[in-house]
Amino acid sequence: MKACKKNGQYLMIQMPEEIDHHQTVQIRQAADESILEDEVRDVIFDFGQTRMMDSSGIEIIMGRYRMISAFGGQVYIMNADTRIKKILFSAGIQKIAEFIN
Amino acid sequence: MAAAFLSELNPKLEEIADVKTAVSEAVINAVIHGYGMEEWDGPTQARRKSAWIHMESGLSDNVFEVSIEDKGCGIPDIKTAMQPLYTSRPELERSGMGFSFMEEFMDEVKVESTFGEGTMVQMKKKIGIVEQMEEE
Repeated sequence: MKACKKNGQYLMIQMPEEIDHHQTVQIRQAADESILEDEVRDVIFDFGQTRMMDSSGIEIIMGRYRMISAFGGQVYIMNADTRIKKILFSAGIQKIAEFIN
Repeated sequence: MAAAFLSELNPKLEEIADVKTAVSEAVINAVIHGYGMEEWDGPTQARRKSAWIHMESGLSDNVFEVSIEDKGCGIPDIKTAMQPLYTSRPELERSGMGFSFMEEFMDEVKVESTFGEGTMVQMKKKIGIVEQMEEE
């Protein structure tokens, strides 16, 4: 899947322009395969293209965090605009993920 | 569909995104919780489960209204269901933020539900009102 790019130890996930339940089903599948098969440690979510997101965006981050934190992995979030950041913060994502830009 | 209606009010991009997020939450609630599907698999599965989601939207002055109705299982306790982080199906990796997001992005959210009969979510949002910038 082109949304996922592996780079050494981490998995980079390119989030789509609109994130809803439908989109995240595919992303989740591809990400989980990569995490388990390629044994990546950290996951980076790139929200650079994202303009709209519902709570499924929160779910996909929390779910990956649960998977990788057990093995010492970290979740990072990059390029989130003010709107997306507001949504992520309202769900408390800053407690489990580090924001990088 | 809602976005098309909305465009008459000359909304800002963020306002469209707000409405889309809220509608998306309400519809996916109907699919997952109302009809107990893991995800929306299209009309075939819907017919099998006789799932049906009715959406209506309208405008009055600069208020956008939308209602999303299903004939699913209904919500036994609306107050609990609307609490942030509460989900009746934790096994599905749900965040429990659905209603919280609807409330955050719309001005008004009303939920009516009869257990065993279905649920209707009505939401309103004022569009095109320039908010005063917060002074820092």
